[in-house]
Amino acid sequence: MIAMNFRGPFRVRADRNKPDPVIEHPEDAIVRVTRSCICGSDLHLYHGLVPDTRVGTTFGHEFTGEVVEVGSSVKNLKVGDHVLVPFNIACGVCPFCKQELYGNCHESNPEATAVGGIFGYSHTAGGFDGGQAEYVRVPFADVGPMVIPPDLDLDDAVLLTDVVPTGYQAAEMGGIKEGDTVVVFGAGPVGIMAAKCAWLFGAGRVIIIDQLDYRLEFAQRFAQCEAYNFRSLSDPVLFLKKTTDYFGADVCIDAVGCEAAGSTLQTITGRKTLLQAGSATALHWAINSVKKGGIVSIVGVYGPTGNLIPIGNVVNKGITIRANQASVKRLLPKLIEHIRAGRLNPKEIITHRVPLEEVSDAYHIFSRKLDNCIKTILIPPSARA
Amino acid sequence: MKKKPEDYSHIKGWGIDADPENEPTYPIKKYTGDDHKRLSYAKPPQQPSKVEILHSNERPGLTSVFGTSSPPSGLSGLIRRHAFTYSEGNWGHWLSLILADRINVWEGIASDLMHGYIPNIFAERGWNAELKYNRKGAIQKVVTGVLVATVAAGLLYRLTRKKKKTHWL
Repeated sequence: MIAMNFRGPFRVRADRNKPDPVIEHPEDAIVRVTRSCICGSDLHLYHGLVPDTRVGTTFGHEFTGEVVEVGSSVKNLKVGDHVLVPFNIACGVCPFCKQELYGNCHESNPEATAVGGIFGYSHTAGGFDGGQAEYVRVPFADVGPMVIPPDLDLDDAVLLTDVVPTGYQAAEMGGIKEGDTVVVFGAGPVGIMAAKCAWLFGAGRVIIIDQLDYRLEFAQRFAQCEAYNFRSLSDPVLFLKKTTDYFGADVCIDAVGCEAAGSTLQTITGRKTLLQAGSATALHWAINSVKKGGIVSIVGVYGPTGNLIPIGNVVNKGITIRANQASVKRLLPKLIEHIRAGRLNPKEIITHRVPLEEVSDAYHIFSRKLDNCIKTILIPPSARA
Repeated sequence: MKKKPEDYSHIKGWGIDADPENEPTYPIKKYTGDDHKRLSYAKPPQQPSKVEILHSNERPGLTSVFGTSSPPSGLSGLIRRHAFTYSEGNWGHWLSLILADRINVWEGIASDLMHGYIPNIFAERGWNAELKYNRKGAIQKVVTGVLVATVAAGLLYRLTRKKKKTHWL
């Protein structure tokens, strides 16, 4: 089959000889991919920032597809079902899954205990091949996948596998109260979605910060929020303090993670020399811009070891930090309802639709922010017929 | 800070998910007490292991399912095995894995060549897209690269020549 093949930092290709996946566990299903996305989290892998990203791996944790084979124990899915597959691989029975913490499953990732299994990610997330391929193996098929309701657009469905729930959970973890000022760092797809969702929780003011004007303009339009380019601000933290009566924002959301720009020191130590697990600039700004007793919500991806974060300020300011991978399955019913009611319109963020065979160019465009790219969907040849 | 109530009617669904219970001190999880049951839950069947799977030393054995993509091999595999002797919070674990990743890139190129495939690094890096959407930047990069390489080669040549001369005298 054709599948994206990681060959090293900034190098990927569409490999035509990747073996088709097979059932390896009675609760597996094989899915023929109809849509897959490139996520901002994939860029962390693409840029070589996440340890144990092995050559030969196929990325892609956001995908929809048609079930073509099921294992002997699968009861809820049948061949022919068209499903959206949450990026978390979750068993549904461990203590964490029972609490709906599907991103923290204890039975899907032998290589690390901090996070559960994730499709198409570094081996620190279980070593599963992902959906930027024609076929993908889906473990615990009765737990994660959801049959796509007939009234749900396929483009909306694929965005429900990660970007929408992650943006929504970022706002939810902010514990937003009516009238709160919410600042979102990062105007990528997740940040834009977090800004949009902040209103659903009753925010009184939503501000988004980024370094690219085209993304800010998009965010302003899509999420009806204020948008500022930190390159035009001498000091983003000072600006945010001033614009919040010198108190700070009630809630700050870090939707950037380990590749944040804006600080030379962080860039050198985190992104260039890997002396820390990625640049923590956005996290610095979030912690320093939030009010005392405020809430910082983190959904940006960080590498799994030490970062130079201002933990002293966290203690001194009594900040509550909430962070997690999104529990997609928990949020799906609510998000589908929002889409049906027209409160959320995820597919509007899709700017690029690329054949899977052109995956190298697609990654490069997204990575370099060319052609006003916000969100890219890859379509395998078998889904174009 | 909070603003005075305004008219949010232009924002469809404003406040619809407001939850007074969602306090910072109230974790977003459905508390069931299962945290403390730990290993007493009915574990799903075990996936048979057909390739080498490394596992964190912070847990016993393998999880019920795991991925089989790109098993450890070669020198990078040796380093990865070493990395997994450290716990996840240890720098020895992560730095070893990063080193293994970098070596793995060269192993990938060697493997391509051994299988008779010459990797098209220009295309794999997506430079066709760079030429299409940022032609000027791409040309600038190439010209800068060639200039830097030429200057470096010139300096190197002069240094070697000087050294040779000194030696001959």
